[in-house]
Amino acid sequence: MDYSWIEIAVAAIFFSVVVTLILSRGYGWLSPTFWRNAAVVSSLVMTFILLWLTFDTADQVRPGSGRIPDWTVINHEIKLVWDAEKRRQVPAVGRETGFFGKTWSQKEAFDLINKGKMTLQSRNCMECHQILGNGAYYATDLTRAWLDPWWEERIMPLTGAKTREEAMMAWLKDPTSMPQGPRKMPNLRFTDEELKALIAFLKWMSAIDTNGFPPRFAVAQ
Amino acid sequence: MATSFARPKAQELFESQKLALAYFAVAIVLFGAQLIFGLIAAYQYINPDFLLDKLPFMTNRTLHVNAMIVWLLVGLMGGVYWFLPLETGREVVGIKLAKFIWWVIVAGVGVVVLVYLFVQIGPGNALTLWFINEGREYIEAPRWADLAIVAWVAIFLYNVIATTLAARRITGLLGVLIFDLVALGALYTAGMHYTVNVTMDQYLWWWVVHLWVEATWEVLVGVLMGWSLMYLLGTPRKLIETWLFLEVALVFGTGILGLGHHYFWIGTPEYWIGLGGFFSALEPLPLVAMVVHALYDAGAHRLHTVNRPALFWAIAQAFGNFIGAGVWGFMQTLPQINMYSHGTQLAAAHGHLAFFGAYVGTVMTLIYIAVQNARRPVMIPLDSRYWGWALALMVLGIVGIAGSFTISGFSQTMIERAELGSTWSAFIQSYTHPWYTHTLGWRYLFAWIFVAGYLVLVYDLLTIGKRREGHAA
Repeated sequence: MDYSWIEIAVAAIFFSVVVTLILSRGYGWLSPTFWRNAAVVSSLVMTFILLWLTFDTADQVRPGSGRIPDWTVINHEIKLVWDAEKRRQVPAVGRETGFFGKTWSQKEAFDLINKGKMTLQSRNCMECHQILGNGAYYATDLTRAWLDPWWEERIMPLTGAKTREEAMMAWLKDPTSMPQGPRKMPNLRFTDEELKALIAFLKWMSAIDTNGFPPRFAVAQ
Repeated sequence: MATSFARPKAQELFESQKLALAYFAVAIVLFGAQLIFGLIAAYQYINPDFLLDKLPFMTNRTLHVNAMIVWLLVGLMGGVYWFLPLETGREVVGIKLAKFIWWVIVAGVGVVVLVYLFVQIGPGNALTLWFINEGREYIEAPRWADLAIVAWVAIFLYNVIATTLAARRITGLLGVLIFDLVALGALYTAGMHYTVNVTMDQYLWWWVVHLWVEATWEVLVGVLMGWSLMYLLGTPRKLIETWLFLEVALVFGTGILGLGHHYFWIGTPEYWIGLGGFFSALEPLPLVAMVVHALYDAGAHRLHTVNRPALFWAIAQAFGNFIGAGVWGFMQTLPQINMYSHGTQLAAAHGHLAFFGAYVGTVMTLIYIAVQNARRPVMIPLDSRYWGWALALMVLGIVGIAGSFTISGFSQTMIERAELGSTWSAFIQSYTHPWYTHTLGWRYLFAWIFVAGYLVLVYDLLTIGKRREGHAA
């Protein structure tokens, strides 16, 4: 993208106003014709810009293109690091660690994350949690759930699991009996296969560059 | 006679208006369902173990939100079926088809509700997304129901366009309506895709959620309130249409790129932060215009109207839309604030106040106009002892609910996000903090006040205009 947001905003308003004025020559600004032209022109100009930006955005959010990680990121350690220039956290991909004790190929990783996304939707996670900040507000935001220190501090000792992914699996199988705080998560009857996929999805999502959201993740503790 | 509407012979209702009455009846029933599930969800905030196994928060919240979207859409569409024959001076073309698809939709909504209630979730595969739940907030409806909704909107659009063509007369209001409904129908299909890339998923999901609620629904409301004000106050068509065009220019001019305020944090490029912040900061402008317009019209007529409840709901709508959508939206739309407040109870405060103000107010205006004309002899001006109580209790209830959400939202923003770093532990700290917990009882209490208002409303709608009483105005 070669244009800044200010240039786009100014161009959008400029075109809307100028085209409206040209089409409305001879009509006063209080006439219905003037405002009818303004309505049609501004709608079309803004729709055109939205479509144009959609192509640019779609290109920038392809997995592996920079902002969105490649599927195989699940084989690696993921961290949030402080970007001093942008003054916010950005995800960083570290050394290879494997996931559930193996290294996943591109195709295997895609299939797993895809299954995880289906599982996420089938259990209606968004109606308590938030995904990238969107959802209901009854439970935690899952954007950086994979990176949450709580798994190592509390859930690994509680479940006796050796790795973070195993701890997540053990807890999600029966969250009602291991409540964390007064609000309990219902038992959503996940299979092992679904949980492995869901955790892969969460790990992949935790490496998306979200412009620093949620803020100061795990910094203050 | 620019301001008068067509009347069928012998003061009979058009078939389309009878269909509108069925729409409104179902809307009011679903409104009640929305309140029941909202009450359970509000109580689960206080007692998280309540019905945890049978009817968890996620199911209540799904039903609460989905019932609302469906009943408001049904109410707005009912308003179009009410006014369309009056505007075009003829029966709606394709009315049999419209009746047929309506009963299909009612049956479909029943099936979806039963599946939500008793099946709730399914295995992680495409069949679940087709038949149980799509798992995408606001548009959870399974894919088969999506297809039914598309057929429904297509027939609706056919009714409007074919009737306009048959009348051989297009007004500014009809032009805007058709323009808007084409966009509304097309946008829904953007929400019918599955993609594994969650960023692209949410990018298109907002085309339905934002561009419906903050663009095409607002314009639809502009058209319906235009017709309502012409009916209620006899406002000249030229004035109504000029205001409507101005509102469309501002709603679409700011709201389409205002979509960017949903693209701050979902993985989309950084230019959306500037664009979304800028255009969404301008989004309250058309809402200010609507307040000025409604108040000017009402004041110019010294509140003399043919239908007092409808006029007062229209005024409540103008204020509620501005305060709920405009002020409460602006409060958290700039990215510098939104980074901390996004995904907290503050969003719920905005949602409650905005939907009530913008859309409940509109549908109530429409329903009171329809009720007045459905009863014989038509009572002019329409008035009763109860509608004011219903309005006052519901406004008090929603302001209390939104106020409680706002306080817990501020607390959560401060504690979870700003102080403690947005983690699981920070989240627990925020929702167990006294500043947060003490709002939950208030929220629940005001929810009951709102329900009391709803009950008075139902009684009033069933009885108003049947006896001649207390119409001193």
